[in-house]
Amino acid sequence: MDFQLTDDQRALRAGVRELLVRRFGRERLRAAVDPPEGEGSGGRVAVGGLDRALWRELGEAGFFALRLPEERGGVGLGLPEAVLAFEEAGRALLPGPLVATHLAAGEVPGAATGECVVAAVDGTLVEWLDEADAVRGDVTGAVALRSVDPLTPLHRVPRPAPPDPVASLLTAAEQLGSAARTCALAVQHARTREQFGQPIGAFQAVKHLCSEMLVRVEVARAAVYAAAVTGDPLDIAAARLLADDAAERGARDCLQVHGGMGFTWESDVHLHLKRAWSRARRGEGAAAAEEALAQDLLASAARAGT
Amino acid sequence: MDLSYSDEDEEFRARLREWLGEVLPGLPPKPSADDWPARRAYDLGWQRLLYDAGYAGLHWPVEVGGRGATPTRHLIFLEETEKAGAPYVGANFVGLLHAGPTIAAEGSAGQRARWLPPVLRGEEVWCQGFSEPDAGSDLASLRTRARRDGDDYVVSGSKIWTSHAEVADWCELLVRTDAKAPRHRGITWLAMPMDAPGITVRPLRTLAGSAEFAEVFLDEVRVPVANRVGEENDGWRVTMVTLSFERGTAFVGEVVACRRVLGELAREARKNGRWDDVPLRRRLGRLNAEFRALWRLTQWNVSESERVGGVPGMGGSVFKLRYSQARQELYDTAAEVLGPEGLDLGREWTVDRLSSLSYTIAAGTSQIQRNIVAERILGLPKGR
Ligand SMILES: Cc1cc2nc3c(=O)[nH]c(=O)nc-3n(C[C@H](O)[C@H](O)[C@H](O)COP(=O)(O)OP(=O)(O)OC[C@H]3O[C@@H](n4cnc5c(N)ncnc54)[C@H](O)[C@@H]3O)c2cc1C
Repeated sequence: MDFQLTDDQRALRAGVRELLVRRFGRERLRAAVDPPEGEGSGGRVAVGGLDRALWRELGEAGFFALRLPEERGGVGLGLPEAVLAFEEAGRALLPGPLVATHLAAGEVPGAATGECVVAAVDGTLVEWLDEADAVRGDVTGAVALRSVDPLTPLHRVPRPAPPDPVASLLTAAEQLGSAARTCALAVQHARTREQFGQPIGAFQAVKHLCSEMLVRVEVARAAVYAAAVTGDPLDIAAARLLADDAAERGARDCLQVHGGMGFTWESDVHLHLKRAWSRARRGEGAAAAEEALAQDLLASAARAGT
Repeated sequence: MDLSYSDEDEEFRARLREWLGEVLPGLPPKPSADDWPARRAYDLGWQRLLYDAGYAGLHWPVEVGGRGATPTRHLIFLEETEKAGAPYVGANFVGLLHAGPTIAAEGSAGQRARWLPPVLRGEEVWCQGFSEPDAGSDLASLRTRARRDGDDYVVSGSKIWTSHAEVADWCELLVRTDAKAPRHRGITWLAMPMDAPGITVRPLRTLAGSAEFAEVFLDEVRVPVANRVGEENDGWRVTMVTLSFERGTAFVGEVVACRRVLGELAREARKNGRWDDVPLRRRLGRLNAEFRALWRLTQWNVSESERVGGVPGMGGSVFKLRYSQARQELYDTAAEVLGPEGLDLGREWTVDRLSSLSYTIAAGTSQIQRNIVAERILGLPKGR
C-alpha cells in the first residue's frame, strides 16, 4: 500500500494548476463576474457566456479526455488523475459544465477535444443549459432559475436523472479544491490583516477557525482520494458528504475571517460559497448518501457474521 | 495512489488471522476495570503471547528486538487484531506506543538494550510523568526539579493524571534541571524506576468511577544519571518526539474499533426499533462516512511516514482533533440508540461514552492541537 501521490500525479496536478493560473487567473475570474463600468450593481449582473477558447484549450490539454483510452484518442488515465484535475478546477473556480463534458468524452462527438460543450441533468438541475451544444438527460419542462452563483446558470427540471457515482466523485473533488482554496485565503488574510496592534491570526478565535478548516480539508482529501482509487459507490458517497461540508463550511469560515471585506462583492469568498452551495445540490443529496451509508452498517455487520 | 496490499502483506494478514483464530478463544476473561494488578497481568500476558508468536514490536528496529516491518504491516496488524476483538494494549500503552519509540529514536545503544526488550516481551510496564498540577497544557512550566548528586539526579516534586502509575515499573519523567534557563531549555527526560524510595502513588478516581490514573509524589527520589535520554536540559526536544508518537500513531487501532462499534449500534437500533427514527439513522450514516474517512486518513499518514521514514509528522494533530470529536459523537449517538438504557452504567457503551470525554483533553487538549495546527502547519503567528 502506498497511499500517496505518485510523481506523475504530482506533475499532472502542477500542470493543470499552471494552465488554470495562466488561463483563468484572478483577473479572468473577476472579469467574468464584475459588470463592465457603469452597468448595474454586482448582485444583478447577468451571467457571462462560456469561454469557448478556454474550453478548447482544456480539451487540448486532455482535461475532458483524461479517462478515455489512448486507442480512442484519450489520455488513458484513471479516476485518481481525474480527481486531481477537478480539484484544481475547484480551486480556480473554473466555470462551465466540466463534469458533464468530461463524462461525455468518447460518447458525444467533440466533447473530448473541447469542441463541444455538453450539459447534463444532475439531480434536479442542469447547469449551463443555454450555452450547451449537446444535453444529456431529459430536459423537457426545464425552468430557468436566477442562479445564486453568478458563474453557474441553472435550470430546474421536473424529472431527476438517475445518480451517477463518478459525477458525484468529480463534484467532491471540485468541492475539495474550493475548500483548500478558502482555507489558504483565510490563512493569508489572517497573517496580514492587523487589529489591536497584531495580525488577527495571532488571536486564538481566528487561529482555531483556520485550523478547523484545514482539518476538514485534510479529512475530505483522504476520503476523496481513496474513493477515486477504489471507485466504490459507498466510498464516493462518504467522500461527497465530507467534501460538501468542507467546501460550504470552509467558505463560511473564510468569510468570517475576512470580516466586512468578506461580505463585499470584490472579495472572492462569496463566489466560493455560492459555487459550493450549487455543487452541493448536484446528484441525490446528502440524505440519500446518509441513508445508503446507514444501510451499509447493517450489511457490514452481517458480513462480519457477528 | 494505491490502496492495495502486496501479496506478501496479504499472506502476513492471512497468517495473523489464523493465529488470532487459534489463540483468542483460549484467553482468560477480561479482569474488572478496577483490579489493576489483574489488568496488568492480563495485558502483559497478551503481550507475551504476541512476542512468542513473533508479532511484538513489528515496526520497531530489529536491533532493539523488533521486526523491522514496514508501517503498512503494522497497520495490518492493528486492523486485524482489532477486527478479531483481541485485547487492547492497555497497561502497555505508554511503553509500546511512546516511551519505547522515543528510546528507540533517542536513546543510547545501552538504553535501548536495557529497556526495549522487556517492553516487547511483556515484562515491564511504563507510565508517563509529564503533567503536573500547575503544568498541563503549559507543559514547559513544569516545576518538578532534579539536582545532580554524583551519579544520580535527586528528584522532588509531583506529577498528576499519571495513567497506570500504580502498576508501572518505569516512568518517562520530565524534570527541571536548570531553573535559571529559559523555560524550554532547562528540562530533562529521565527514565525513573517506580520502585525507588521516595515515590508515593495516590490513585485518583475518574469521572467514570474507575482508578485509571494517579497522583505521583516525588520526595528526594534518586534516579541514575545513566537513565537520562538525550542531553541534560535538552529534554524538551525529546519530549516533542514522544508527543509526536503519542499523537501520530497511538489511536490507529481505535479507529477500527469505532467502526466495529458503529456496526453494532446499527444492529442494536434495528433490534430495538430506533432504526425507524430517520434523523438518528442518518446520523449513523454520517458517522459511517466520518470513520471511513478517518481510516483513509490513517492510511494516508502511514503511507507518508513510510515514505519519509522516522517520526510521525504534524498530521497526528490533524487526526487527533477530528478523531477525538468523532469518538464523542459516536458514543453520544450510542446513547440515543439505547434510549433510557443509555443511562445504565451496566451497559458498556455508557461507560465508553464517559471515557470518550477524555479524548479531547488527554495527550494535549483540542485547543492546544488547534494552536499547533495553526502555528506549525498553517504558519499563523504565535499569540502573545
Ligand atoms: C484520561 C487522562 C489520562 C491522562 N494521562 C496522562 C499521563 O499518563 N501522563 C501525563 O503526564 N498526563 C496525563 N494526562 C494529562 C493531560 O495531558 C492533561 O490533562 C492535558 O494536557 C491538559 O492539561 P490540564 O489538565 O492541566 O488542563 P489545563 O492546561 O489547565 O487546561 C484547562 C482548559 O484550558 C484550555 N487551555 C489551556 N491553555 C490554553 C491555551 N494556551 N489556549 C487555549 N486554551 C487553553 C485547555 O484546552 C482546557 O480546555 C491525562 C489526562 C486524562 C484526561
